Amino acid sequence: MVTEQELTTETAADPAANEGLSDPKIRATDVSVYYGDKKAIDQVSIDIHAEHVTSFIGPSGCGKSTFLRTLNRMNDTIPSARVEGVIELDGEDIYQSGMDVVQLRARVGMVFQKPNPFPKSIYDNIAYGPRIHGLAQGKTEIDEIVERSLRRAGLWEEVKDRLEESGTALSGGQQQRLCIARAIAVDPEVILMDEPCSALDPIATAKIEELIDELRGRYAIVIVTHSMQQAARVSQRTAFFHLGNLVEYGHTSDIFTNPRLKRTQDYITGRYG
Amino acid sequence: MSSAIPLLLAIGLGLAGWLVARARAWQFRKDAAGRRLSSLPIYHAWYAGLWIGLPVLVFAIIWSAISGNLIMSHVLSDPAAAGLPEFGMQRDAIINEARNVAAGLADRVLIPEAQGLVEPFREATALYGWIGVVVALVLGLAGGAWAFTRLKPDFGARSRVEKGVLSVLFVASLVAILTTLGIFLTLVFETVRFFGMVSPIDFLFGTHWGPDPMSMNPDGDRYGAIPLFWGTIFIGAIIAMIVAIPLGLMSAIYLSQYAHPQVRKWVKPALEILAGVPTVVYGYFAALTVAPAVRDMAVAIGISNASSESALAAGMVMGIMIIPLVSSISDDSITAVPQAMRDGSLAMGATKNETIRRVLIPAALPGIVAGIMLAVSRAIGETMIVVMAAGAAANLTANPFEAMTTVTFQIVAMLTGEASLESPATLSAFALGFVLFIITLALNVIALRVVKRFREAYE
Repeated sequence: MVTEQELTTETAADPAANEGLSDPKIRATDVSVYYGDKKAIDQVSIDIHAEHVTSFIGPSGCGKSTFLRTLNRMNDTIPSARVEGVIELDGEDIYQSGMDVVQLRARVGMVFQKPNPFPKSIYDNIAYGPRIHGLAQGKTEIDEIVERSLRRAGLWEEVKDRLEESGTALSGGQQQRLCIARAIAVDPEVILMDEPCSALDPIATAKIEELIDELRGRYAIVIVTHSMQQAARVSQRTAFFHLGNLVEYGHTSDIFTNPRLKRTQDYITGRYG
Repeated sequence: MSSAIPLLLAIGLGLAGWLVARARAWQFRKDAAGRRLSSLPIYHAWYAGLWIGLPVLVFAIIWSAISGNLIMSHVLSDPAAAGLPEFGMQRDAIINEARNVAAGLADRVLIPEAQGLVEPFREATALYGWIGVVVALVLGLAGGAWAFTRLKPDFGARSRVEKGVLSVLFVASLVAILTTLGIFLTLVFETVRFFGMVSPIDFLFGTHWGPDPMSMNPDGDRYGAIPLFWGTIFIGAIIAMIVAIPLGLMSAIYLSQYAHPQVRKWVKPALEILAGVPTVVYGYFAALTVAPAVRDMAVAIGISNASSESALAAGMVMGIMIIPLVSSISDDSITAVPQAMRDGSLAMGATKNETIRRVLIPAALPGIVAGIMLAVSRAIGETMIVVMAAGAAANLTANPFEAMTTVTFQIVAMLTGEASLESPATLSAFALGFVLFIITLALNVIALRVVKRFREAYE
């Protein structure tokens, strides 16, 4: 184990962890986020890869959700938030002027902590994205997208006979899978999940985790979680945030079995957080 | 005069009881020597004060209501009253005259017959004045005696006072309800009388409105209220809404979604000031500014004999009047849509505009509809603007440039004319009021239910 001082300049560290990988899907370089005068994220640099599940862990208020929301510019909706540094999606800076936020968010979808289906039918919830982005012509194409998205989200069998019912009438776990299906429907490249299971019971959580594992083949998935077991179960790579810093980032197995920093070890063994 | 004394007694005796009881309770406290008593002295004071004040107060209210009649019947039983005419205005005038002189409101009688009644009036007033004072005193002292026998160191005055306050609050809320009920019953009573003269079928489905205020003849052909209902709906629910719904909704969207907080801070109260402008001021605006402009417009598009009063002018101004109502309730219901909906839509790559149109408005729709219904009920009950700008002609037409009349206008016209209270024309005002009351009540009830259900959906 090394001390912090030795590692201050290379938090993302462990070059070996990137071996055998193609170019990163998302590359963040020296990203800082401010809410007004308060610095919420301090100079975070991280690479996020396709076909991987990357989990962000860390105690409450460490900035992991804030950082997640910079990846599809959802922080734009908070007037006092300000982002510095560079975030590239396939090598293109998403904060450059002229970047179309609408296109960005179609490519980087998001699932929230609390299931938030629209107060519309299940069908219309899924069809919402394809319709606003003009992804389908005619009803049959939308029908196909709805079915495909629901199937991928593992919800089709449960709702195929009641697509006209309100999305808000489903159970919490079903609502969350509906939100995942809704995100999938616009065919994104990255899916951001902000504590997607924190409002769900263990059975619904298990289903979502299973789903995340299945979706990994098609999308880069970034998941913020408070549950270290969940991070260990679903993700291949884990980033540990603390006090707005990215403390350690590497293979999930390494982070949990052989952390390089004492701060990480203290957190995952439950000494604080 | 006579009713003011019991009222003053209620306050004076109550205050005295309050002070005495408090002093007594302090004494209990001293005697208890540090032991905690169940109630503070102030509660003992209120207990005694309420027991004295409330009975006297209730008596004072009842007395003020009935003492006039008691005095009157006393006077009428006097031999001097035997010579009065049986009925009619002359009799009322004589009695009023005598009463005014007796009360010192007039120096001398103008009608000679009244002179004989002045003295009986004086006597009766003095007599019942004294009776009132004595009964009030007895009630106050009885209440006080009862209260003071119960004051003991361990007496639970606190809980009893709180129960007393509770019942006072309950009675206060009852007053509003009973008043509404009273208004409703008056309307029903007079409406039934009217329908005894004019058939409800003629009234509700007839298309010609032209009551003759001077005629006692209930001619069903003259009491067809359809033109009035149509005028009311056309002005209040159609023209006004064509103005108010788009403007109100758009301002709500702007204020809740786009406006900078600094702008919102100024614009929203400014908009709500519109709701506080007296409707008679809108009436001036409609009659002096909008109506002539509408007439000029009508002339410009080739309507030669355009009226200076028009449904369009009244409806437009009414629409402006209710913009704050529509916008305020729409604003609230759009703001009440959870942030999660907004985030969900934005995260799908929807623009702000798409989010508003496809998610926020549909989600807020029940609240918006309820706001519109409240606005409609306000508009169709509105009187001043139509009195000043819509005209009096009961036209059954869809031409907004023509003068039209509404239910409220006709109520005013029927009640302020010279017709006697017994004539069908006057009574028709109550029937119109009754129908209007039922319609606005129904709209309000539906709107409030919708709003309530909508709130529950998100809480």
